[in-house]
Amino acid sequence: MSAGNILVWIVWFAAAVGCIGSALAVVAFRNALFSALALIGNLISLAVFYLLLSAEFVAAAQVLIYAGAVMVMFLFVIAYVGWDKDIAWTGGPSWQTLGGVVAAAALLTELLVVIALGASNELAHSNHVSADFGSPASIGRLFMSNHLLAFEVISVVLLVAAIGGVILGAQKRRDRKGVKR
Amino acid sequence: MLGPGIAWYLAAGSAVFAIGMAGVMLRRNPLIMLLSLELMLNGANLVLIAFARRHGSLDGQVFALAVMAVAAAEVVVGLGLVVAMARRKIEIDADLLSRLRK
Repeated sequence: MSAGNILVWIVWFAAAVGCIGSALAVVAFRNALFSALALIGNLISLAVFYLLLSAEFVAAAQVLIYAGAVMVMFLFVIAYVGWDKDIAWTGGPSWQTLGGVVAAAALLTELLVVIALGASNELAHSNHVSADFGSPASIGRLFMSNHLLAFEVISVVLLVAAIGGVILGAQKRRDRKGVKR
Repeated sequence: MLGPGIAWYLAAGSAVFAIGMAGVMLRRNPLIMLLSLELMLNGANLVLIAFARRHGSLDGQVFALAVMAVAAAEVVVGLGLVVAMARRKIEIDADLLSRLRK
């Protein structure tokens, strides 16, 4: 193994530990504030994976939009709702908890078996990519040509979600006589 | 491609997806259920980007960006619901929210 290869393995391993550890922390913390902070760590370690997979633009968007904007909104709402409330960690009868863990473990085992079966065949080699693979210019060109419809639909989805958020969050105003406006 | 092969990235993405799925099913705080949903979406995103690299085609990355936008929309609606629950003094607990009108 060359030195560069070993370096990439080390970076991959560090990102994997951070990624899975922070994912477990998101689920395990009782306090929603700590869960949200752990999710920021998870998003950043995923961005490291994206960089290793030469997806530079997606990694930058992940850190800026997800770990930046979306998570700040999350933290605002957690602060608004109050993060010190004592909400039970899990609910329902114990067979529900057990069933959830078994279902998730079964899915993970299934996925890992399928990946391990393909690891020496189809997944063993990957195509060579040019230097501008994953650059903002190439992704932008693709968004404006082949995937223009998807781009426009995404913008409509975001607009509808913004309007829905305003409607859900808006208080019904009442004037002095107590009549709903 | 230097370092680990695509299969290792797929395994990491699957692990994140399964952990998020367990979180959605186990927790009853809607905020943490939303955070676990984000975990699931991000696990799927990692798999998309790994396959984009495997095939040398950028379409997977474009799809991952679309998933990010949909996740942002989902967060807006989910957090709007949580804020509406807090406004109406309903307890922030998914198991107690068994009726939509109140």
